Amino acid sequence: MAQAIQLLVGTRKGAWIYRSDTGREAWSVEGPMFLGQIVNHFVRDPRDARTLLMAASTGHLGPTILRSTDGGATWIEAKRPPAFPKGDPHGRSVDHSFWLEPGHADEPGVWWAGVSPPGLFRSADGGDTWDSVEGLNQHPRVMDWFPPEGGTPDGAILNQVLVDPRDARHMYLATCSAGVLETTDQGASWRPLNQNVRCDFLPDPYPEFGQDSHFVALAPTDPDRLWQQNHCGIYRLDRPGERWDRIGEQMPKDVGDIGFTIVPHARDRDTAWVWPMDGTEVWPRTSPGGRPAAYRTRDGGASWERQDRGFPTEQGWFTVKRQAFCADRADPLGLYIGTTGGEIWMSGDEGESWRQIAAHLPEIYSVVAVEAA
Amino acid sequence: MIRVSIPSQLIAYTDGATRVEAEGATVGGVLDDLDRRYPGLKFRVIDEQDRIRRHMRIFLGQDEARRVDAPVRDGGELLIFGALSGG
Repeated sequence: MAQAIQLLVGTRKGAWIYRSDTGREAWSVEGPMFLGQIVNHFVRDPRDARTLLMAASTGHLGPTILRSTDGGATWIEAKRPPAFPKGDPHGRSVDHSFWLEPGHADEPGVWWAGVSPPGLFRSADGGDTWDSVEGLNQHPRVMDWFPPEGGTPDGAILNQVLVDPRDARHMYLATCSAGVLETTDQGASWRPLNQNVRCDFLPDPYPEFGQDSHFVALAPTDPDRLWQQNHCGIYRLDRPGERWDRIGEQMPKDVGDIGFTIVPHARDRDTAWVWPMDGTEVWPRTSPGGRPAAYRTRDGGASWERQDRGFPTEQGWFTVKRQAFCADRADPLGLYIGTTGGEIWMSGDEGESWRQIAAHLPEIYSVVAVEAA
Repeated sequence: MIRVSIPSQLIAYTDGATRVEAEGATVGGVLDDLDRRYPGLKFRVIDEQDRIRRHMRIFLGQDEARRVDAPVRDGGELLIFGALSGG
């Protein structure tokens, strides 16, 4: 069905909105918004299709959350952005918010934020004020799970929050130093969920926690199916199972199964896409061989096919970060990537072919596709 | 009364003003007063543990203040700068 799409784009230097016609052929641009602000995530509330939230900071200033309740026409700053309690026993202060997640459909106004250093915050008023989720942030093992120096070059992060669409109390976190954590009481208690996920940078390659879980996605039609792009491979877990399967073993050996992100199909539980990057030797984190490509599985990870039509066939060295690969829900499904080189590419045919729709932007941190309101 | 110099990074909070006045006996007190009039300004300069943020610098006249409890002299000047923070 034809559907106009909006792409909410967060970059290292501000935010943009790209709007398509109903055929997703012609695109117009609005922006820059908040030029110079580091925008790690820029999302819309699916419960009202009107509220927009942006996780922002600058090189100088502390972090904040920017909010619009009119689809981006006007913006205001959160009255109380995520901040650890004064006197936090671990002395933490929020460096930046990394991930913004709308709460369960039955909880309008509830939002979750993952921050750096790793911490979880909740808002009950549409993102205006935020409270520390003490069940995680003061968990007895929090310093084991999130050691102060345990993170990415931009700092340790709680990089993702996922809410089970069937149960507001059931949530997952993806983190850079404790892998996946799960709660069934909406954050009061947590446990690691990392069986069989490799950690090739620790003496014990299969620890209880310690994994760097780059991205986790629930299959939209089957929330019991979890896809994971980890620092050390591509995995799948079907709940109530506890043991992840490394489905990336089936990727071509010269490409490998390292990457930042994974995107499930909106309607097919067996289909997902990854964007491989070079994780050999000194970890260039570029497209392997300078030949950018997405890889698609249509059988739950038993096999993968390369999808590179339209991309440079040589000397293409960009990659795609955690929040910068997404899908819409149209049929055929559209795919969108934002690159470290400031380009946006799209496919209107489920990855069979790709074309560039924007260039010359700053380094792109996030791309979120929503249906035009 | 303290005279306060506002850096470019913060003029969105002060309606473009680069020079404002505030009350307070300490650096933190002055920032609290500014925050009452320009909500949100303080948190972007001082973190939740009352530390001056890494890439912000505050001077009392010619002397750098490194703590929020540094005393401020009535009639003095407090200057806020955005320091070097990368490319």
